[in-house]
Amino acid sequence: MTLWILRRLFQAVLVMLAMTVIVFIGVSVIGDPVEILISPDADQAERLRAIAALGLDKPLWQQYLNFLWGALHGDLGRSFVYNEPALRLIGQRLPATMELAVTAVLLAVLLGIPLGLLAGLYPNSALGRLAMAGSILGFSLPSFWVGLMLIMVFAVQLGWLPSTGRGATVSVLGVPWSFLTLDGLAHMAMPALNLALGNIALVLRLTRSGVRENLPMDYVKFARAKGLSPIRVVFVHVLKNIMIPVVTVLGLQFGSTIAFAVVTESVFAWPGMGKLIIDSINVLDRPVIVAYLMMIVLMFVLINLAVDLLYTVLDPRVRLESAE
Amino acid sequence: MSGAVEETPFRRIVKDYAGNKIAVLALVVVAVIIFLAVFASLIAPQNPYDLAQLDIMDGRLAPGAVSGAGWTYWLGTDDQGRDMLSGILYGLRISLGVGFGSAATAGVVGSALGLIAAYAGGWLETVIMRLVDLQLSFPAILVALMILAFLGKGVTNVMLALVIVEWARYARTARAAALVERRREYVEAAECLALPQWRILFRHILPNCLPPLIVIGAIQVASAILLEATLSFLGLGVPITEPSLGLLIANGYQYMLSGKYWISFYPGLALLVTIMCLNLVADQLRDVLNPRLQR
Repeated sequence: MTLWILRRLFQAVLVMLAMTVIVFIGVSVIGDPVEILISPDADQAERLRAIAALGLDKPLWQQYLNFLWGALHGDLGRSFVYNEPALRLIGQRLPATMELAVTAVLLAVLLGIPLGLLAGLYPNSALGRLAMAGSILGFSLPSFWVGLMLIMVFAVQLGWLPSTGRGATVSVLGVPWSFLTLDGLAHMAMPALNLALGNIALVLRLTRSGVRENLPMDYVKFARAKGLSPIRVVFVHVLKNIMIPVVTVLGLQFGSTIAFAVVTESVFAWPGMGKLIIDSINVLDRPVIVAYLMMIVLMFVLINLAVDLLYTVLDPRVRLESAE
Repeated sequence: MSGAVEETPFRRIVKDYAGNKIAVLALVVVAVIIFLAVFASLIAPQNPYDLAQLDIMDGRLAPGAVSGAGWTYWLGTDDQGRDMLSGILYGLRISLGVGFGSAATAGVVGSALGLIAAYAGGWLETVIMRLVDLQLSFPAILVALMILAFLGKGVTNVMLALVIVEWARYARTARAAALVERRREYVEAAECLALPQWRILFRHILPNCLPPLIVIGAIQVASAILLEATLSFLGLGVPITEPSLGLLIANGYQYMLSGKYWISFYPGLALLVTIMCLNLVADQLRDVLNPRLQR
């Protein structure tokens, strides 16, 4: 078990290293930073001095090591646009994105699991069929377009919800949060639902197929034979077994949700890091692009690691296999 | 009567496919959409990118409005006075072109790598499959974003990004299928005939691996179109001179708040119908081509 965890950790570090190489090479491709940083009027001596100051006269492998060294010390350069450390900039926008992503995943659980149970327990009922048809739609709908349509209906036509921004925030430990104010919640409703749509469809389908798979199993029959109430059989016995795939997929989806927040944040002008990266790509603010990519890659590697570890805790079969 | 027709695999597949009326309808819709996209320049009432045909006075007209020249804008016009219906037909052409083109390229590259991995084994297989794992552990949108951040926008770059995003799934599927096939007797027979390896791989094994690859391909076309639309909406995809559906939707975004819904609504509807029909076709193909489900 310990060996397995160590091996898994080693893998994670390896992936992380591979990604730094890819990002570093990619950034070197984007264009010459000298062109951006040095004024065109500078003479040759000045140019050379600046190149030396940026470390660009060194061989590529040494530049890479410098980049890696900086990254390990939390130094990924200063934003050209905001003139602030890129990592701090990302850090400032992180809570807004996290808030949105966590709400979206919560919505997926709160809506997806009950609907999935319904569709699984009563597959031929009108509601069950409707839920399944809706989930197919959930996969096919272009998320950004749904966002626009939500704005059109609820903000423009009905005027119920604000269309863009974060609304009023409350500072907790120096970080502003929207979910603590009514206005903030109103601002969050549409973006969170928009971001959750795909996840709801996914959880619904997983739960449904889980119910359909588990219901004919012996342990369900046994639980019924013991005289347990149908409610207890479904919510305690069946649900527990369904939760394993649902938790795994949701954990993995959390990373995708954060990545996909790029789209939702652009539609609703939500000031998170997704909107920041799109703006930065458009003005070629390289340090911010690099910081965002490294940050999100790290997040992914950690999430994958956490899900793998959690899996062994939740499912004893995995534990037994890895022990062999 | 029916005994006169010989039961070939192709006929069986067609018959099985026709069993689901919705899937048949979806296939017809996909065919119509492809037809409209290919012949957009003949069908569209206007060439939206020929400035001589545009009238700026016709800008942002509601659906059903009549143009200065006397014909009707059934789906309204955008801010430049372009007929939305024509814009959508031309946009479909770019969306479908990018989607089918990148899915096909990714299919060729990915399948070839997957087959080679399965057949060669050893370190080559390890390298290819590790790359696949790495690729698939990150969501498509992030990988595409990363590539376009490095390369900049443009049709070629978008297609390249889509190919890089999509090859891995083909490779995984092709390898899985090829691993099963290579143990079959016909492969052994071909090896006994001392046929060259590439011939065994691509002429003997590949055709037998095609069914799952076709299903993946259909799904990948839909997801490529969707991803391209998303990227274009974000301003990272196709350039303004070659507007796909995603760019048309982005274009209407700013007019949405003043209630001019049609500039974004109709291109989105076209996108939705295209993707949904492609997904339905893929679903039915999976059922029909899956040998385990055969009755």
